[in-house]
Amino acid sequence: MRYVVSITRKAGLADPEGTTTAAALTNLGYREVRDVHFGRTIHIEVTDGTSTERIDEMCRILLANPVIEDYIVEEV
Amino acid sequence: MHVAVVVFPGTNCEHDVDHALSLLGAEPELVWHRDVDLSGATGVVLPGGFAHGDYLRTGAIARFSPIMKEVERLAAEGAPVLGICNGFQMLCEAGLLPGATVANRDLSFICRHVDLEVTSTKSILTANATIGDILHIPLNSYEGNFVAPESEVAILESEGRVILRYHGENPNGSTNSIAGITNRGGNVAGLMPHPERASEDVLGSIDGRVLLESFVGSLEPVPA
Amino acid sequence: MTEALHRQLGMTDDEYGAVVEILGRSPNEPELAMYSVMWSEHCSYKSSRAHLGRFGHDQPWVVFGPGENAGVVDLGDGWLAALRIESHNHPSFVEPHQGAATGVGGILRDIFTMGARPIALWDPLRFGPLADPQNRYLFQGVVGGIAGYGNAVGVPTLGGEVEFADRFSKNPLVNVMALGLMREEQLVTKAAAGEGNVAILLGASTGRDGIGGASILASASFEEGDEEKRPSVQVGDPFEEKKLIEACLDLYERGLVVAIQDLGAAGISCATSESAAAGGMGMDVDLDAVHVRELAMTPGEILMSESQERMLAIVEPGDVDEALRVAGKWEVQVSVIGTVTASDQLRVTHGGRVVADIPAASLSENAPLYRRPVARPAHQESLWGDRPSLPGEIDLASALLRLLDDPALGDRSWIYEQYDHMLFLNTIVGPGHNGSLLRIKGTEKGLAVSTDGDSLRCYLDPRRGAERIVYESALNVAVTGSRPYALVDNLNFGNPEKPAVMWQFLETVEGIATACEELDVPVVGGNVSFYNETDGVDIYPAPVVGMLGFCDPMPTEPPRLDRGLAGMAIWLIGPESGEDFAASAFSRIVLDHIGGRPQAPDTDTARAVISHASRLAFEVPVLHDVGAGGLAVALAEICMKSDVGASVDMDEWQPLFDETPHRFIAVAPDEVDLAIDDVPVRRLGTLGGGTMNFGARGDLDLGEAHHIWYHALRRRVS
Repeated sequence: MRYVVSITRKAGLADPEGTTTAAALTNLGYREVRDVHFGRTIHIEVTDGTSTERIDEMCRILLANPVIEDYIVEEV
Repeated sequence: MHVAVVVFPGTNCEHDVDHALSLLGAEPELVWHRDVDLSGATGVVLPGGFAHGDYLRTGAIARFSPIMKEVERLAAEGAPVLGICNGFQMLCEAGLLPGATVANRDLSFICRHVDLEVTSTKSILTANATIGDILHIPLNSYEGNFVAPESEVAILESEGRVILRYHGENPNGSTNSIAGITNRGGNVAGLMPHPERASEDVLGSIDGRVLLESFVGSLEPVPA
Repeated sequence: MTEALHRQLGMTDDEYGAVVEILGRSPNEPELAMYSVMWSEHCSYKSSRAHLGRFGHDQPWVVFGPGENAGVVDLGDGWLAALRIESHNHPSFVEPHQGAATGVGGILRDIFTMGARPIALWDPLRFGPLADPQNRYLFQGVVGGIAGYGNAVGVPTLGGEVEFADRFSKNPLVNVMALGLMREEQLVTKAAAGEGNVAILLGASTGRDGIGGASILASASFEEGDEEKRPSVQVGDPFEEKKLIEACLDLYERGLVVAIQDLGAAGISCATSESAAAGGMGMDVDLDAVHVRELAMTPGEILMSESQERMLAIVEPGDVDEALRVAGKWEVQVSVIGTVTASDQLRVTHGGRVVADIPAASLSENAPLYRRPVARPAHQESLWGDRPSLPGEIDLASALLRLLDDPALGDRSWIYEQYDHMLFLNTIVGPGHNGSLLRIKGTEKGLAVSTDGDSLRCYLDPRRGAERIVYESALNVAVTGSRPYALVDNLNFGNPEKPAVMWQFLETVEGIATACEELDVPVVGGNVSFYNETDGVDIYPAPVVGMLGFCDPMPTEPPRLDRGLAGMAIWLIGPESGEDFAASAFSRIVLDHIGGRPQAPDTDTARAVISHASRLAFEVPVLHDVGAGGLAVALAEICMKSDVGASVDMDEWQPLFDETPHRFIAVAPDEVDLAIDDVPVRRLGTLGGGTMNFGARGDLDLGEAHHIWYHALRRRVS
């Protein structure tokens, strides 16, 4: 089975890629853009029956930095 | 004196740190990240580079290298622990220092001299300096932009633990122009710029020496 | 086996016939794939090889000239330097970031394959004008790729040079030069020796990436829509390469390596055959043993894969376990894939079956050799006759500002500040001056490097242009206090099947060879990149030279552009003509004119000026080669970097902007007399004030000049 972990920068912290991209979109005329946040997506293949809690633990220990990042775990 | 300079796969400033510390009379020794015994060391440097390719996040994988348990032990015992650039990022990841670093404001790698202002002397890195000193030292990083939750920054500032700040232009967007910080004990310090690159006249600046001399001066003699 | 397949692989019918003759039978598919890549222009130099013997390299300090993975020269006291230049032009057009990155990775492997630690990189680049968004995309991608790979692999990039011209719009040039340093006992070569010795494959796993890259991407012209060739591009992993460097250097230090060869074009097939052929041996290779990253790869794919960051080492059977342990320590994957045999044959097995069995040497030694037709381009005479017509009077300040606003003449720090140019603490003179100067720690020796090219001048006269870039490069290392010591060249040209392109190529070879003879500089290596042609348009002939300079001792305070002080005297050392405007920056930018014939170099003057510069470097604070933009730009660079104005007396405006070769500016304390017998020397004026003052011809505010110059490149890329 496979999980997808989406990691994004915590609100309020500098996100230079996001800020730069938002400005570029606005310059191109996409006035509806209010904010852009960059993140990473990690696909994890695990043995069947692996619980979401295990993946959550992996996020806390290694995959995300809780100081600056939030994450969401989804099974796909 | 015996300083462990830790080498991770992808580290690349280990020989430079070794060279600069040796010129100051220290006895550095390169130590591989899988070694698990630093009992002979009275201090540690985590040098710059791209440990584990900077993959996942800078410093994220390195903090789980076997040697980091020993680094944490030494830090807890009050021994001087210095992280330079990528090493600073590891100390943040390991929780030995607060915050983290993210991509530079202009999304470009920056390799040039910057001016740093010494803002505290209560650390192993700045003990020999004077508050207000301006040091001309190379910065060399893509992810040198220091960030931390507001509350954490407020604590750092109120406790005087911001030891170095960019002077004049803020090159990378770092919060409050922070270039270097220390822990509460003053024995764990990290900075983004490279003092070892400003330690000889022939390299164009010797302003990094006072920082490395502070570090070397803070080392306990090796127990007999 | 149909004949169509060999044509699909880019082979002619005659070349296919030659393979059949060598084997005494038709080749099978993997064999044909091997010949097609190894006999491609990129690997075999079949259009250029007949002419490259013109370059000399028999000076006593040459350890290895062309033929090994890198040239090697002796620096005395047991020190050796390895140097090499390569191009990654087509891959960088297809995917600029990865194309440039893997170019860096490839050249570094050539250096540490010789036993040397790579200590520095330089990147000569050519792009179309930055007003075009696609050119901006390519330029930013290439610079980002070089920075991303070079910084992470931990080898400093000390500079390079850049030009922008229409002819490079759909065919950018990405050249890269690398320098390595070693103790003589670490020297290794690619020649496999010793029957029964073992071949081990070190580094990244083998995947399907980059198959046929050398033949498809690097050996044919480009047409609209060829971006579809993207799958042939490889992805670089600087982290893997960094581990590989450390593992290999460790293996050499322990004396565990008999021979070693990096894997580049044509992957395993090229490395095994070259290593065996160089040692006059054969090799048995078992593809089942190769560590792969994908399932169900065919033997042909494993053989031909151009996956990056791999090396083939030959070790003695008794050392295999120790070699595997060392590789393991550095976290480098390794597999034992073959055995050196006395048979001369490269015999490859897969699943217990022989999938290729060919004479190892035939892939290189029997490669086709072409003497292509040569003819001077029809337009050359009329180009020479089309001389720039100079105005009688000019507004000097505004002309100078226009030159300083050119992206190739303006401040290049936007590029080099993205490169780590300080790592290893060897950089004594870094980017933004003339040649780079590196120290060798623990000695008084210094190494200087300058990369130089001038494609417009070479277009107007390839021979004179080529000679002049050699002399310019020599002067650029001389002003660091070094003497020109060895040269590598990267010959970037259009389609060699056009006689006019072959004429440009041969004139260039003659020019470089002649100038190197005059300077007693060996040509220790080089690269030829043909087929730089897109939609039928050839690039300007664009030879790039990389000059290594050597000094022992090194000046304690080598000249820099930023060491000028108010009150110091400004001297021009070398000839003045006021007449050499063909291919000058002034003609190109101010007159918008391309035509005329550049002045021929003057070899006696060149030699005298170069040797005078290398002596003066020990005495004066500022020396600066006068190059593109002439005296005016050279002087402005000194003023801007030293942050001090200048007063200069000039009767005519022309000598400020023409580009007469073999000249440099020296700045020295007022009381020092720089006159010398065999070289023209003239005192031009004095540093001081906040303007560049040209007497009756007006002045230019230094702050304004600096602003224009600083933003010339920056404002065009952001």
